[in-house]
Amino acid sequence: MEPKNPFTKAILAPVRKISTGDTLLWGTLLVLLLAGGAAWTWQYIEGLGITGMNRPVYWGVYITNFVFFIGLAHSGTFISAILRIAGQSWRAPLTRAAEAITLFSLPFGAGSIIIDMGHPERIFNLLFYGRYQSPILWDVTAVSLYMLSSIVFFYLSLIPDIALCRDRLTGAPRWQHRMYEVLALGWNHSPEQYRRLEKALDGMAVFMTMLVVTVHTVVSWLFGMTVQPGWHTALIGPFFLLGAILSGTAAVVIVLALLRKAYRLEKVLHLGLFNSLRKLLITFVLGWLYMMIAEHLTIGYSSMTEEMVVLTDKFSGAYAAVFWSMAALVFGVPLLVFLFKGKNNIGWMVFACVLINIGMWMERYIVIIPTEASPRLLTVMGQGSYLPALPEILITVACFAGMALLYAVFTRFFPIVPIWETAQELPGHAHAAETSPTGD
Amino acid sequence: MPRWGMVIDLDKCFACQSCTAACRMENNTPPAGKDQAGMGRTILWNEVLPFVEGEYPNVKATLLPRPCMHCDNPACIKVCPVQATYKNEEGLVLVDYNRCIGCRMCTVACPYAVRYFNWYAPEWPEDLKAHLNPEPEVQPRPKGVVEKCTFCVQRLRQARETAEAEGRTFQATDYVPACVQTCTAHARYFGDLDDPDSLVSKLAHSPRAFRMFEELGTQPKVFYLKQG
Ligand code: SF4
Ligand code: SF4
Repeated sequence: MEPKNPFTKAILAPVRKISTGDTLLWGTLLVLLLAGGAAWTWQYIEGLGITGMNRPVYWGVYITNFVFFIGLAHSGTFISAILRIAGQSWRAPLTRAAEAITLFSLPFGAGSIIIDMGHPERIFNLLFYGRYQSPILWDVTAVSLYMLSSIVFFYLSLIPDIALCRDRLTGAPRWQHRMYEVLALGWNHSPEQYRRLEKALDGMAVFMTMLVVTVHTVVSWLFGMTVQPGWHTALIGPFFLLGAILSGTAAVVIVLALLRKAYRLEKVLHLGLFNSLRKLLITFVLGWLYMMIAEHLTIGYSSMTEEMVVLTDKFSGAYAAVFWSMAALVFGVPLLVFLFKGKNNIGWMVFACVLINIGMWMERYIVIIPTEASPRLLTVMGQGSYLPALPEILITVACFAGMALLYAVFTRFFPIVPIWETAQELPGHAHAAETSPTGD
Repeated sequence: MPRWGMVIDLDKCFACQSCTAACRMENNTPPAGKDQAGMGRTILWNEVLPFVEGEYPNVKATLLPRPCMHCDNPACIKVCPVQATYKNEEGLVLVDYNRCIGCRMCTVACPYAVRYFNWYAPEWPEDLKAHLNPEPEVQPRPKGVVEKCTFCVQRLRQARETAEAEGRTFQATDYVPACVQTCTAHARYFGDLDDPDSLVSKLAHSPRAFRMFEELGTQPKVFYLKQG
C-alpha cells in the first residue's frame, strides 16, 4: 500500500517534464561550468601564478569558497537532522529540498580545496603520508565523512519516493525506469520497511548532528590553529558554525521560493513554511550579531598590537567598505526585513536571504584576507593586498553554476518534496498529520 | 648530533645584502622579474628586513637579516598535512619538494614569513642558467611547491664528505651556510648550539641575545644580538 498523500500528483508533476526553459538553463549553467573547468586547466598548466594570490596573501577566494560552500551545506543537515531530533514536524516538506543543497554544495566545497592546491595530482599523499596534527587533514577527514553520510542519509529517505516513481512513472524512457527500479531496492511500502527506515533515519540524524557541528568547527580551525592575529581565537569555531547555519537556512528559503514558483508547488511548499523559517532566521541573525560583538569587543578592548592592526583594517582601514557592507547585508537589512516585511511575504524573504548569502560570502572573505594581508612582520612587508584575477572569478562562478546545475537536473528526475514524509497516512502507522499544508 | 643554530650581530650588520645575494647563487632561487616582484612574489630565502619600532618621532629602525629560524617548535611542521615539511635529527627544518601538495598552509602558519611558494615554474636568463649550483639538494624546484632556507644542507653534506675523504672526523666548525661565509661584516655566526663551548652557543647566551617573536613559543634557533 502506497503512502496516502493528496499531493502525490502535484509533487510528481515536475518530474520528467524537461522543458525548453530547462534545456536553456542547463545549457547556460553547463557553459559556465565548462568555462570554470577551462580556467582550472589553464591554472594547472601555468601554475597558481595566474591567480591574484601573492605573498603574504597566500589564500584567496578559493579558500573563501571552500568555507562558504561547506557552510551552505549545513542547511540540509540542520533542517533534516537537527529539527528531526527536535521533533519539529513542520519541516517535513522541505527536508529534501534542503538536503539537496547539502549534497550539491559539498562537492564544490571540497573541490575548492583541490583547486587551491599547487599540486592537485599529489592529493593521495594525504592518504600515504597524512599527518594528523594538521588541520587540513582534519578537514579532509571531516568533510569526506560528511559527504559520505549525507549521501547515505539523502538516499535512504529517497527510497520510498523512488519506489513511487517506479510504480507511477511507467511512461518514462526505459533507462530511466530501469534506474528507478534499481535504486528503489525492491521497496514495496510494507509497514515493516517504514518502521525500519524511520529508525535508521533517527539514528543517523544524531550522528549527522554531531558531524555537522564538527565539520564547520574544523573548517574554522584551518585558521584558528595558527597564531596569526585575527584568526587565533577560540570563538572562531562557534562563529563559523553559526554563520554556516545562517547562510544554509537562508539558502533554503531561496530554493524553496524558486521551486514553488517554477514547479507550481504552492500548495505543498506553503506559506507557513516560510513563516517558520523566518522565525529561525531572526534567531540566527541575532546570534550572529552576538558572536560578532563578543569577538570584536574582546579584541578591541584588550587592544594587543598585532590584533589591533587587523581590527583597524576591518573597521576603518583598507577593508572597511567590505566589512561594513557585510554587516549591513548579513545583519542590518535582513533583520529589518524579517521583522517588518517578511511575514507572509515570500518576495521580501527571498530578498533578505539573498542579501544574507552575499554577505556571508563576504564575511568569509573578510575573516581570511585581512589577517593574511597584515602579518606580524607588517612593518617589514607593508600592507599586503589582494584582488582575485580572472581565473579565480571564472572558477568561483563555475562552482555556483555547477551546484545550480546539479540541483536543477535532480529536480527533473526525482520528486523534490518527500511524498512519504508529508503523507497523511503511512502504511503501518499514522504519520505526522500535522505536516499537511494548512497555511499559517 | 649537533643542533645547528645561527647568531646575527646587529651591531656589526650594515645591511649590505651580500648574504641575500650569496644565498640566491648557492640555492638557485629564480629571479622574479619586475611584475612578479611587484606582486610580492619574489623568492628570497634570506632577506634583510627593515624593522621599525615605535612611532614618529620616536622611531627606531633596525635592519634585520632574516633566514628561516629553524624553530625547535615550528609552526610550519605541525600544519603540513603530508609531512612534506619535517625536521631532521640535526634540527634543520626542510621541505620535500616531491611530496609537497602546495596547500600553502605552512606559508600561512609561519609567523616569520619565511616560506615561499613557486607560483610559476622557475626561469633564468640564459647567462645565469650556466651558473646554477649543480648540487642535487638545490635543483630548481617545480612550480606549485613551497621552498625556504635550509641552512644550506648541501654544504653540510659536502663538509661531511670532505672530512671523510680526508680521513678525519667531521667537526661542527667544518660547515657554515653561504650567508655566514659571505657576510662582509662577519656579523653572522654559525655552529652547534648544544656544544656549550661553541662560539654560537656562548653568543646565544649573551645578555644581548634575543629571538624574534619569542612569545610565540616557536623556539627559533636564530639568535640576534641587540644593537648596542
Ligand atoms: S621560521 Fe617559519 S619556516 Fe622556519 S622553522 Fe620556523 S615556522 Fe618553520
Ligand atoms: S604547502 Fe607543502 S610544505 Fe607547506 S603545508 Fe602544504 S604540503 Fe606541507
